[in-house]
Amino acid sequence: MRNTTTGWLLIAPTLFILFITGMVPFLYVLAVGFLDWNTFAANPEPRFAGVDNFRRLVFDAAFLKSLWLTFKFTLFVLASQLIIGFFLAKMLMRNVPLKGLFRTVHTLPLMIAPIAVGATWRLMTVPGLGPIPHWMQQWFDISYVLSRFPDQAFATVVIMDIWHWTPLVTLTLMAGLSNLPEEPLEQARIDGAGEWRIFWDITLPFLKPVLLTTIFIRLMDALRTVDEVWMLTGGGPGAETRFIGLHIWRVVFPKTDYGYGAAMSLITLYLTIVMCWLLYVAMTGMKEKSR
Amino acid sequence: MNRGILSSRLLTFLFWIAMSALTLLPVWWMFLVSVRTRADLFGKPSFLLDLSAMTWENYAAVLSNPTFQKYMTNSLIVATSNAVLVSMLALLAAYAMSRFALAGKDNLFFWVLTNRMAPPAVFLLPLFLMFTGFRIGDWSLFDTRIGLILLYCVFNLPFAFWLLQGIVDAIPRELDEAAYVDGASTFTVLMTVIFPLARPGLAVTGILTWVFAWNEYLFASTLTSVDARTITTGLAEFVTVTGTNWGELAAVAMLTLAPAALVLALVQRHIVAGLTFGAVKG
Repeated sequence: MRNTTTGWLLIAPTLFILFITGMVPFLYVLAVGFLDWNTFAANPEPRFAGVDNFRRLVFDAAFLKSLWLTFKFTLFVLASQLIIGFFLAKMLMRNVPLKGLFRTVHTLPLMIAPIAVGATWRLMTVPGLGPIPHWMQQWFDISYVLSRFPDQAFATVVIMDIWHWTPLVTLTLMAGLSNLPEEPLEQARIDGAGEWRIFWDITLPFLKPVLLTTIFIRLMDALRTVDEVWMLTGGGPGAETRFIGLHIWRVVFPKTDYGYGAAMSLITLYLTIVMCWLLYVAMTGMKEKSR
Repeated sequence: MNRGILSSRLLTFLFWIAMSALTLLPVWWMFLVSVRTRADLFGKPSFLLDLSAMTWENYAAVLSNPTFQKYMTNSLIVATSNAVLVSMLALLAAYAMSRFALAGKDNLFFWVLTNRMAPPAVFLLPLFLMFTGFRIGDWSLFDTRIGLILLYCVFNLPFAFWLLQGIVDAIPRELDEAAYVDGASTFTVLMTVIFPLARPGLAVTGILTWVFAWNEYLFASTLTSVDARTITTGLAEFVTVTGTNWGELAAVAMLTLAPAALVLALVQRHIVAGLTFGAVKG
């Protein structure tokens, strides 16, 4: 092996930039989380507050609600996207004319800026202008106003996310499915196994690493969804679609409650890391076994 | 060909026609709103393009607006500089990771990736304090394009690193070994062996990171105020500031998503390649 100093020199700029943009903010937020610091308060100077911020968080109904909404949203979109994505992957693997074109069209939402996705859906749902309120009224006699009905707002945000991110699941699962070995499948068919049996006992175990990776990527993205929801509902009505990212933003900027916002950020980060770590461990464990 | 297969092929075909329509519908609607006059916007929604009533005035209004021109320029500069910077740095890092026995390699790799996984909202506060607090005379990082270009590394650099590592790993070691035997320096090897062979991968990396930087909103909206605002923040401002000017909002949104849509055909295979690579390599 060649001199490792050269290697470190080559990787140094990358590590340095990530240290400044990733590690330093992390340490900073860690420190501020233990301070009582609100620039609008009677005493705007930062003071050490121990774990007060964290103690406050446990009883903060708005924060807990926002966390709960985020989890609910994540659960809904993950489940829907996995099921729809699997089905679409199967459909896209069939031999169909214009397959490439369909695939490209299906991939389009992935590349659109989240803020533009929000704008798109806003134009679809604005009462008086958008087609969705019009159809809801005409076909189902439902008054569809996002700024008034929490359930509609939440459902629309979920549907928007399904529209936006299902293609990613389709594409990864398709990659996984196309690597399935033919042999066990044929053997099972010859043995007369039903489609469900084949799905549970052959397809799913083979697909597991790809599935876990997909869940991993989608989980991280769903937990931090901000832009498109901000554009579509602004977190409303009330706080009914105010997911955790939006909530933190509100505490930090309009309210300038820095210490508290930092503590909130830390808890959010902690929960995200725990979930991702569990998945990561599951993933690496899986690979070890398959080796 | 037997009838069953034929009809199932036809059904699949029709299914995908319907799916494509469903995918394109919201974007098509936005396009329609952007080319209609204000008077034509309300009433019964029509998904047909009336060519005789079509107007480009929303685009004209937006494109001739100096504020918007500035946002657009900022976005172009930030995204392009960031993509170039990130691709170059990540190539060096990926080469180091691939060819040198660096201590703690796996942990390092994982740490680099965590930077991309972190929820950006968590870091808004410290970044805001850092950007406003870091001063050289009157100059601070806050509201500068340089600030955004550097900051966007936090999500683009890990991604580029991850993508390029697979590409560099795939270049046979024998090629650079041979060059070293001929007395080439690391720099020469990078320029004459690695760079040319990694070029297709670099192009994909560059395009994708460019799109990610172009699409970013949260950092741009909190870490800029006037001078360095990008097109995504401009789009969000439309809702809060002008509220009801839907035609211009749609025009800005169309201009925001256009570049990504244009490069889609170029990189779509690689979006998948990148992701499957992840599934295989973690």
